[in-house]
Amino acid sequence: MRHGRKVKKLGRTRAHRLALLKNLVRALFTYERIQTTLPKAKEARRTAERIVSFARKNTVAARRQAGRFITDKDLLKKLFDVIGSRFADREGGYTRIYRLGPREGDGTEMALLELVIREESHKEKQAKAKAKKGRGRKKTKKRTEEKSVSKKARGKKKE
Amino acid sequence: MPVPKRRQSKQRGRKRRTHWKLTTPNVVECPHCHEPKLPHRVCPHCGYYAGKEVIFVSKEKEKE
Repeated sequence: MRHGRKVKKLGRTRAHRLALLKNLVRALFTYERIQTTLPKAKEARRTAERIVSFARKNTVAARRQAGRFITDKDLLKKLFDVIGSRFADREGGYTRIYRLGPREGDGTEMALLELVIREESHKEKQAKAKAKKGRGRKKTKKRTEEKSVSKKARGKKKE
Repeated sequence: MPVPKRRQSKQRGRKRRTHWKLTTPNVVECPHCHEPKLPHRVCPHCGYYAGKEVIFVSKEKEKE
């Protein structure tokens, strides 16, 4: 029986929803921090946590189960080699959601979904370095938050 | 087709609309920059939440 196993539909057909979730989870593992709407973040969290659990097991079977959802082979490798070991001694709760407030336009609540242990992204490091440097200067270039959030995680410093 | 026989009085319409109310958003003071912000949300002025910098907000924006 499937009593109580409810799925948030997000206003999409099954196929559309699955594709969306795949994209969100893929983005989360690639960039380690993503910005979406709160309902999407909550749904993506559910799947992402399941897949991190697979990655922690680190067996061939688990890799294939995760591979059903993460079709990108390079990402699957990162997931098992990097992310899985990162969360080795954590039983669940691999992700975190920050609420950002309503977005302009449609007023939907936005959120940041991130891995609890993550690498600082290249952009974020740059932004921080600039902020430190630019303290004495008068004018700093305008930077938008979205950029630092969405750029690929390339930094090596751990949080 | 059925159609209203009489125009509704101003009183009737207004009485119906007494239940249309706006609620004020619950605003709290940011513990980091003391700007007003929504509770349980990252502060849009300083980017802090729960004592840590969560998102980067540029200097000019912070001053606004």
